[in-house]
Amino acid sequence: MMLVVSCTVFLIGLMGVIFRKNLLIVLMSVELMLNAVNLSFVTFSKMHNSLDGQIAVLFVMTVAAAESAVGLGLVIALFRTLKTADSDQIQMLRD
Amino acid sequence: MDWSFLAFIIFATIAVLGSLMVIFQKTPVSSAFSLVLVFFAFAGLYAILGAHFIAALQILVYTGAIMVLFVFVIMLLGQDEKTTDLKESSFLFKGVTTLGVLGLLSVLLNATLDAQQITAKGEYTEEKIREMGGNLQVISEVLFKDYAFHFELVSFLILGAIVATVALAKRKNTYTGDYHE
Repeated sequence: MMLVVSCTVFLIGLMGVIFRKNLLIVLMSVELMLNAVNLSFVTFSKMHNSLDGQIAVLFVMTVAAAESAVGLGLVIALFRTLKTADSDQIQMLRD
Repeated sequence: MDWSFLAFIIFATIAVLGSLMVIFQKTPVSSAFSLVLVFFAFAGLYAILGAHFIAALQILVYTGAIMVLFVFVIMLLGQDEKTTDLKESSFLFKGVTTLGVLGLLSVLLNATLDAQQITAKGEYTEEKIREMGGNLQVISEVLFKDYAFHFELVSFLILGAIVATVALAKRKNTYTGDYHE
């Protein structure tokens, strides 16, 4: 049952990453996906009577915190250069 | 009815509906607050699974630190216009992606059903964790004995993230050529 919730939230996050244009909401969807993976880690660690899954969640949380800090820094840097947070407008490599 | 099952139903509903709201809200601010709701629901789910330390960390790190960062950035960028900004993509792309996501859902659910038949069991049963002094005691012992090296490596990751963030903030503007203060 927990794993069904985890799958659903992961795929909702994936849809958000694919379909939304606003970079902030894309980053939030990435956080949703990471959380869904954390939930499946904890569920499997309970199913296996093991604690390795919960330790993995600790590391995923630190990676998520570092990722969101760097990602939001990138969004701010992009916004200062292009005055937009729209991922369709970012095409500096094309021209 | 079992209380933990009732709590699971409540938290799972909040988590799924909240994550749908994150995707479909019109302003980034309301998306951010829906995300706070989802994080709290996930903390409840961790508590139901007996991972009390992870539940506390979820509230501290995610709703405490990461969401404050998000709300700050939304405030700095002034992103408060209402848009349902779906990507401009062809109908074919949307259809294929939706089919792919549904296929991935079926694969994941199938793998989930397979995982129910796991028989290999570790040593940390609920009774053993209780007699060793609870979830936090056992987790800290495993973390600082078996995973001490990985724990130290994480500090390099965080150092790298700090350096990267400062480098981004001090970056030279490639269009105008001046440095941001």
